[in-house]
Amino acid sequence: MSNKESNSGIIGWIDYRLPIFSTLRHTLVDYPTPKNLNYWWNFGSLAGFFLVLQIVTGIVLAMHYNPSVDGAFNSIEHIMRDVNYGWLIRYVHMNGASFFFIVVYIHIFRGLYYGSYKSPRELLWWLGIIILLLMMATAFMGYVLPWGQMSFWGATVITNLFSAIPLVGESIVSWLWGGFAVDNALLNRFFALHYLFPFLIVGVVILHIIALHTHGSNNPLGIDRSGPQDSISFHPYYTIKDLFGLSFVLTIFFLVVFYAPNFLGHPDNYIPADPLKTPAHIVPEWYFLPFYAILRAIPDKLGGVIAMISAIMILFFLPWLDTSKVRSATFRPIYKKIYWLLIVDLIILTWVGGNAPEGKFIIIGRIATIYYFVHILLLMPIVGLIEKPRKLPSSISENIFKKSNEKEA
Amino acid sequence: MSNNEDKKDSSRRDFIHISSGVTVAAGACFAGWPLIDQMNPSADVLALASIEVDLSSLEKGQSMSVLWRGKPLFIRCRTDEEITEAQNTKIEDLKDPETDEVRVKDPRYLVMVGVCTHLGCVPLGEQGEYDGWFCPCHGSHYDTSGRIRKGPAPSNLEIPPYEFIGDSKIKIG
Repeated sequence: MSNKESNSGIIGWIDYRLPIFSTLRHTLVDYPTPKNLNYWWNFGSLAGFFLVLQIVTGIVLAMHYNPSVDGAFNSIEHIMRDVNYGWLIRYVHMNGASFFFIVVYIHIFRGLYYGSYKSPRELLWWLGIIILLLMMATAFMGYVLPWGQMSFWGATVITNLFSAIPLVGESIVSWLWGGFAVDNALLNRFFALHYLFPFLIVGVVILHIIALHTHGSNNPLGIDRSGPQDSISFHPYYTIKDLFGLSFVLTIFFLVVFYAPNFLGHPDNYIPADPLKTPAHIVPEWYFLPFYAILRAIPDKLGGVIAMISAIMILFFLPWLDTSKVRSATFRPIYKKIYWLLIVDLIILTWVGGNAPEGKFIIIGRIATIYYFVHILLLMPIVGLIEKPRKLPSSISENIFKKSNEKEA
Repeated sequence: MSNNEDKKDSSRRDFIHISSGVTVAAGACFAGWPLIDQMNPSADVLALASIEVDLSSLEKGQSMSVLWRGKPLFIRCRTDEEITEAQNTKIEDLKDPETDEVRVKDPRYLVMVGVCTHLGCVPLGEQGEYDGWFCPCHGSHYDTSGRIRKGPAPSNLEIPPYEFIGDSKIKIG
């Protein structure tokens, strides 16, 4: 386990008994990484950064927050106005959640483009979806805590989704609420769980990294490495690349935090919760809008809930629904094109989800919902079978030399 | 020694494995139940279940909202047109068939839980295509008897258990 460098001194003494230093060096320093990764591979470590940022700011906020229907809204205002740097910490936490979703969504779509879910990385992909589900639950419960109008009515609508379950639905909802409506009992348990879930995410992230390091990162060519000449060590090559990317993302992040901290939120959440009055237009946070659009596209309560849940659950089957043997879309002429249709479709669903379900939005939402399922359940298997992929390079190194030769010529 | 004895042995061992497994599983259920049941409505929430409301201040065409079990209750003193409209609706036009008679104790007063049966928003009064209630969240229309007529909601607005105590006073719950 221990090697020459750490064999002496305190570090060596500890590492001989508890190999934390050699494990860290193995995963963060020596870890052999494909040498052709592009900037889309930055988003995994960026997601890790935002997870840590959320945990740190969240623990600090919990020291000032009061989880009760009478105190919650006021304690948020107390944090914003009275607590030293409270405004900064809360705005970082609020926008940190949004940026966490932005980088995770880009991370997912990178995997989708380069076929990172294909054998032998199926479980790595599954762990990623589980992280996404945990993130959604955490973000939803966190949005309830300020106890504004959107908090209250968002919680009411989402918990009522369970009432669509036949027979036991009503009992489940009353169990979730701990009463007959969204009230103090729910706020308290959401606070407890909102504190717990990020640590569950940390646990699944560790499994995600173990699964990743078992077969190593995928790469833009989507071919396996043929030997040590195709790899470089994680440190310093990718640590410095990840840090450079992080500095760029943090610049945008703090521009939002300082100059438009409420841009991604909804003004109604600065109105205290009122159980007698529903806001005219309930919208979830932006990162839930595509799923909300799918929920509303189906004119039936249970059907809408099933469609919304299926929209995520079918992602578990992606490794088998995509029938192509080639991982990277770079070598797949048809898939490369329809990939962008899915992106456009999700942007449309986001737009529809943010608007009231009236007029043209109903029909557009239905078409976009149908396309989402057709794309994943029909187009992906069919395209994989009929498409003739371009010839793959024989190795990562060969591809790089060929490119540099072309440039010189 | 013989094969037979081995078989006998292994089946006895299987029995021990299965029975101890079942015992552990049953014990885990008993130990787990309090941890699950603690989330159900507590005794004080269940106790706050009945209120009295005075209706004498309500004129025809006026409504009031009161909070009962943390939910809004709609109490509407209906106009004559609304009552006729509710009573003359054909039962076959209804998604959740119920006559107006079974939904009211006194046709003047409509008392119901003001929670949309779709996803729990509070519908807005005197709106929608059936002159009753309209839920802005996902577009459900209710008529003057609180029955679902159009939109994603699966059933009529719920009628709480209530009784008249005196001419213009009701006890809900």
